[in-house]
Amino acid sequence: MINKIWALFIGIGIIFTLLTGNIDELNNTILNSANSGVKMIMELIPIIVLWTGLMKIAEKSGLLQTISNFFRPFLKFLFPSLLKDSKALGYISSNIAANALGLGSAATPFGLKAMEEMQKENPQKDTASDAMITFLVLNTSGVTIIPTTVIALRMMYNSHNPEEIIVTAILATICSSIAGLTLDYLRRRKKK
Amino acid sequence: MNTLSKIIIPLFVLIVIFHGLKKKVFIYDTFLEGAKEGLVTAFNIFPSIIAMVFAINIFLNSNILEVIFSVISPFLRVLKIPLEIIPMAFVRPISGTASLAIMNDIFSNFGPDSFVGRLASTIQGCTDTTIYVLALYFGRVKITKTRYALSTGLFADFIGIIASFIIVSIIFGTN
Repeated sequence: MINKIWALFIGIGIIFTLLTGNIDELNNTILNSANSGVKMIMELIPIIVLWTGLMKIAEKSGLLQTISNFFRPFLKFLFPSLLKDSKALGYISSNIAANALGLGSAATPFGLKAMEEMQKENPQKDTASDAMITFLVLNTSGVTIIPTTVIALRMMYNSHNPEEIIVTAILATICSSIAGLTLDYLRRRKKK
Repeated sequence: MNTLSKIIIPLFVLIVIFHGLKKKVFIYDTFLEGAKEGLVTAFNIFPSIIAMVFAINIFLNSNILEVIFSVISPFLRVLKIPLEIIPMAFVRPISGTASLAIMNDIFSNFGPDSFVGRLASTIQGCTDTTIYVLALYFGRVKITKTRYALSTGLFADFIGIIASFIIVSIIFGTN
């Protein structure tokens, strides 16, 4: 999948720019995009390092287990293929919780850890497991309850009621999550 | 709601530290151990971030999306879907920064309390940078066969956008 998307983005982008002119800017983009990639990772590294450090404490003290116990019935229903005491469940719960509260950047380290743990239980190391796909669908359909960035931006533009979109965002999220998880479930079943 | 999301991080840090102390974990050493693991994780995702940003920038800067919009805009007008929202819907799965920039434009042109402004806010809240997240997460564990992950994720985003349009129309009206 990634092969195709990557080739598609680069191929379409370069060919289209060559056809419409503006080759100077294309050169700039090619040379500078590594730079913006580095900038992005430099913003991510401190967050990842800090949170994996803190979460290691939570893992050893058993707090992570407590968090995942809380979400257990819900997660067991969504991830039937994971082991009962899988560490992945704790990280999945933390990822969902962080996302839900609009702490997108804090959610990423948990998500990456969840993927690592699920990969340990994955029999085919080059193929996505059922659990991984369910996790990504749940993650990307956006379980945001408090979209902090959006609210901040609305405040900046003097909205009369910056928080009023919380309700519509939650309702829309419920629709997209249910749609995504249902399609995921149907496709998982079809395979068997 | 806003204060809640502001105190949640400090509160969480406090709970983690004191729970660790109570359970007699060597918190400082454990933190360093975990942080080291995090550094390895960050190191591992470095190449995939560079690769994705490279491809996404070339694609977005080619202006091909603008051409597509101008072709489909007559159809959207018939369906009464505000044109301004379409670039955001297209860009959202690949770049969080770019879609935020478009929302910023919408707010400054129409105001956050306009129909498009509310619609953009709702869409931003209920969708995610699906393609980017998939590339990052699968890249981390070196998975190349992703099966039906991408189409399912994009389907969920698409439903989210449609649902946003309907829900915002019903709750706030289309003005």
